[in-house]
Amino acid sequence: MAYQTTNTPADPRHSSRLGLRQRFYVIEVLVGLALTAKHFFANMGRHTLHVVFRVKSSRGAVTIQYPDERRPYSPRLRSLHRLVRREDGSPRCVACMMCETVCPAHCIYIVATEHPNPEIEKVPERFDIDLGKCVFCGYCVEACPEDAIRMDTGILEFSAYDRQSMVYTKDTLLALDPAGPNGVPTSPVPIAPSRRPR
Amino acid sequence: MSGLALDLLLQAIPVGFVMFVVLNFGGLLTWVERKQSAIMQDRIGANRAFIPVLGFRIRILGLLHPLADAVKMLTKEDFTPARADKLMFKLAPFVSVFFGLAAFATIPFGDTLQIMGREIQLQAVTLNVGILYVLGMISLGVYGLMMAGWASANNYALLGGQRAAALMISAEVAIGASIMGVVMVYGSLNMQDIARGQGLPLLPQFLGGWVPAWGILTQPAAFILFLTAGIASTKRIPFDTPEGESEIIGYFVEYSGMKFGMFAMADFLETVVIAGMTTALFLGGWQVPYLQASGFVFPWGGTVALPHLAVVGMQVGAFLTKVVVMIWLLMLIRWTLPRFRYDQAMRLGWLALFPLSILNILVTGLVLLAVGKP
Repeated sequence: MAYQTTNTPADPRHSSRLGLRQRFYVIEVLVGLALTAKHFFANMGRHTLHVVFRVKSSRGAVTIQYPDERRPYSPRLRSLHRLVRREDGSPRCVACMMCETVCPAHCIYIVATEHPNPEIEKVPERFDIDLGKCVFCGYCVEACPEDAIRMDTGILEFSAYDRQSMVYTKDTLLALDPAGPNGVPTSPVPIAPSRRPR
Repeated sequence: MSGLALDLLLQAIPVGFVMFVVLNFGGLLTWVERKQSAIMQDRIGANRAFIPVLGFRIRILGLLHPLADAVKMLTKEDFTPARADKLMFKLAPFVSVFFGLAAFATIPFGDTLQIMGREIQLQAVTLNVGILYVLGMISLGVYGLMMAGWASANNYALLGGQRAAALMISAEVAIGASIMGVVMVYGSLNMQDIARGQGLPLLPQFLGGWVPAWGILTQPAAFILFLTAGIASTKRIPFDTPEGESEIIGYFVEYSGMKFGMFAMADFLETVVIAGMTTALFLGGWQVPYLQASGFVFPWGGTVALPHLAVVGMQVGAFLTKVVVMIWLLMLIRWTLPRFRYDQAMRLGWLALFPLSILNILVTGLVLLAVGKP
């Protein structure tokens, strides 16, 4: 009884002191086999219903086959950023630098320029987000007074072979669309220049 | 055609059948293992391997994964450590697989087949000491592991090989001792005779010939003891101390490519052998209840006459079905129980299985004296 602890629960299955039934082992093995066999036959029945009798609601596994199907994401999910467009396609962003200032990871870089429309003060000439640094806190979205940046694309699969390719530029972010129902992305995953076929 | 050539040709039927069945079962077991464990654990299991045909992806329930595995293992780097004993290192996986394949030879998968005026025993080799042959082949299989452990020039591999040898010895003793009860009941070491003996009615003076004398009914304790020791001799979980893939690593730590695959294959072949042996000794072998050479003879008086080939086909089918069920049970055990620690496995073998087997022999002898043979 070297492993005896002082505060074992009352349930004998949790006690390290084995009773005769546990020490005999065969009965406990049969109990365990019955449990796994029950799972096996129940799941086989569900698979049979699904495949043979075409009952689509009957699922024998909890697996989500990820590239083919995605689990429904929460609408609050913070995914890849996008820049919201005006009706003429230009960014709604007025380059006020709020997001760049609030960003705790210092991953946003904005260069402002004048907008041709005199009613709009400024427009970003450059709007870069370094996703290698971004911590997905969503402060930029909350800080934005123009609702010009959102994190609702549903895109989570961005990767690159080098750090420079993790910097997403204004044109890339402008081209993205919000996710559809269940959080399925409607825009293709932006592919970094280093990963494009040469 | 001369008589000898015809004899040889006809004898090739059971030999070829055994090779075909055992090799294919061994290969398919990788698929069975993946899928059965997945279904037991609410998963789907390997299903991504596909062959593109006209734009469709043919997947066949993941059955292509064994093929993909073979391609992967054959094309991987075949690495031999610099200080390894080259000959032994290369010989070891072949020894392992060879004895796994050879062990099935004396297990009968049907009664006699009458064809072209001759009688063929439906087992690859008709041997009077068939049980001892299977035991010998299973025991010799461990030499492959010891060779692998020793020739790898790796201390972890050596320790793994040593664990394999210790486990095999403690399992072998229990296997041999537990089978003795069956041998006493059916009075033969020939597995065909044992299979035939299991078709006789059990205790006709009490049960009126309704129950066939299958080994699991005449020797229930031996069944559990043999199954436990048999699982130990396949060195799969819960007795995988020689391998311990995930942490303690074992005798094949230096092996790569298809040589590693052959060790895995040997495990599966031994699983098939243990399933076949359990079927032949305890589950009535090829016996179908109430089926005799002429057809069904029911204890309530009815008879259904059947042609010879139909009877043989049903017997072979019954044997294969029982083997498949046993393999399913072995897989269920493998995916349910956690691994025994090394000392626990030794204690189970020497202090539980072996004495209980001896006790079983004693009790069997007393019962046989009191009741008489079935």
